Amino acid sequence: MATGRKVAVIEGSEEKAIAYWKANIRLIFILLVIWALVSYVAGIILAQPLSTINVGRVPLSFWFAHQGSIITFVILIFVYAKLMDKIDNEFDVHE
Amino acid sequence: MDAQTWTYILVILTFGLYIYIGYASRVKDTKGFYVAGQGVPAIANGAATAADWMSAASFISMAGLISVLGFDGSIYLMGWTGGYVLLALLLAPYLRKFGKYTVPDFVGDRYYSKTARGVAAIAAVFVSLTYVAGQMRGVGVVFSRFLGLDITWGVVLGMVIVAFFAVLGGMKGITWTQVAQYIVLIIAYLIPAIAIAVILTGNPIPQLSLVFSDITTKLNQIQVDLGFQEYTQPFANRAPIDVFMITVALMIGTAGLPHVIVRFYTVPNVRAARYSAGWALLFIALLYTTAPAVAVFARYNLLNTLHGARIVSTEEVAGRTILNLQDAQGRSIDWATSWQRTGLISFTDENGQISMQANAAGKTFAHATIDNDIIVLSTPEVARLPAFVIALVAAGGLAAALSTASGLLLVISSAFSHDIYYRLINPNASEQLRLLVGRIVIFLGVIAAGYFGINPPGFVAEVVAFAFGLAAASFFPIIVLGIFDKRANDKGAIAGMLAGLIFTMFMILMMQSVKIFGTAEPLMGPFFGITAQGIGTIGAILNFAVALIVSRATAAPPQDIQDLVESVRIPRGAGSATAH
Repeated sequence: MATGRKVAVIEGSEEKAIAYWKANIRLIFILLVIWALVSYVAGIILAQPLSTINVGRVPLSFWFAHQGSIITFVILIFVYAKLMDKIDNEFDVHE
Repeated sequence: MDAQTWTYILVILTFGLYIYIGYASRVKDTKGFYVAGQGVPAIANGAATAADWMSAASFISMAGLISVLGFDGSIYLMGWTGGYVLLALLLAPYLRKFGKYTVPDFVGDRYYSKTARGVAAIAAVFVSLTYVAGQMRGVGVVFSRFLGLDITWGVVLGMVIVAFFAVLGGMKGITWTQVAQYIVLIIAYLIPAIAIAVILTGNPIPQLSLVFSDITTKLNQIQVDLGFQEYTQPFANRAPIDVFMITVALMIGTAGLPHVIVRFYTVPNVRAARYSAGWALLFIALLYTTAPAVAVFARYNLLNTLHGARIVSTEEVAGRTILNLQDAQGRSIDWATSWQRTGLISFTDENGQISMQANAAGKTFAHATIDNDIIVLSTPEVARLPAFVIALVAAGGLAAALSTASGLLLVISSAFSHDIYYRLINPNASEQLRLLVGRIVIFLGVIAAGYFGINPPGFVAEVVAFAFGLAAASFFPIIVLGIFDKRANDKGAIAGMLAGLIFTMFMILMMQSVKIFGTAEPLMGPFFGITAQGIGTIGAILNFAVALIVSRATAAPPQDIQDLVESVRIPRGAGSATAH
């Protein structure tokens, strides 16, 4: 049962746990900013002005809305997984 | 061989494969039944998640919807993929570390409340049941259109197959059949798309031909000539605020859907959960970046082939006037004739010709009606591809519908048998009894889904789209708070969930009253420019706000719960943490 489960405290100190969580939050924040930029900003908020610029033979905002955002999303998740591997090792919390 | 014979061959082959996999991965314990023994590799879980996620709607309807909406079709493209970023960064790794069986499990344990668990279980059942009915309907529709089988028998056949591998194999059987179903559906989607890309643009990669060929420019020109807005013109069909809110609702709804979340409980550890989300989205993106290309190709083909087509003869079939057409090169357009017979497209005779001119508002055709669903289903015929490819599309549509249906049925089964029966009603139930209850419920779920598939309430399609709004307004906020806000407590979660659910449900019922209650006018118009599809965003914000405020106003969670939150944040120990 969940109640009474032992806490997986990091070897060392509580400060280390806090620092690990901070590093994670910082990374999440940066990646979510990019996530919002390619979808909500480039594909919706700036859709009108960006439709005058072309990428290939389609307007830039159309490209972000129909293709570029999706490609970026995939990259963001793999980048997160890779960087978290590094952070996990650094703080010695990996499995 | 004709398309029908090929369809029989492919359907029998693929169904045989699913049955074999289901039998080979039958399970003996509840851990296997609910979470596939937590031994699914990250890539396999990615493929299973992709099949689980991509429903009959993604496979059959989405490209058609996009081709009608043009630029604004981005609500589905971004909305149904962006949620995976949220899932990977905010939910999946921590829920895997928590490591129980269901979404209500997390809600119930984290908020140390039977009420919270009960509300979550009921919400999970409601969301999944509305969604699964649409899948069964999809199975019936594919059978009836491609094999001329009665819809009822098509649904029954689909039920038998799903019942077999889901009851026997539980999550393990479902997972491995979903991997096979992903392979079938993606091949079925890509082959016609590649063929049509070659025909129209000479470039075999649909994603590249969309961007680098002149097809979009040509389509824009035709659209304008016929009185429509340019295809790439933003907000021609929906207001910017609505596009924004619908995209948010679909993203957080995706991240909050129980049948998607629960897939991340099946991997061996936290690291695998992160990578698995990446693989899932990569597999999904393969279809989701092909769809906008298919949408453009199909729209171009449709307008180009049909506008100005000559009517050579007419016939009366079952009260419908069918027009036999000839294109500019004098070839007869057979697919138009066969789809007119199904009633999914119809034209009026404009001086012996077909006109694809826009109506006065520039939104729909003035002299023709075209059902969105035929865009994908008719693509092989429009491009004059061999009969084999047509059969492949049928098998792909079935794979998409069955894989999603089985994932949803498992959520329904686990919510009843694990959360409601075992955790709330009979905590002393033995392992065997719980497994038996799980199997019985999944079987009953199949029957219920089949019943609604055969006798769909008129508003099923409406309700399915709003399953997202409800998932967004109920699960997403309190799970995120449960992980990131240690101060969030039981009262905050229950109040937040109820506020989000009740608000969203009420607004959808009011705005969709014409279809749901049969009122003459909607009881409520758009809410500050936001339509029913986007209202889940407001529900989610409400949920967050209420949960935060109520949590701060009441007692902090007990120490052991705060310790639980600490432990969920640290990857190490995911394997042992699941010991019951």
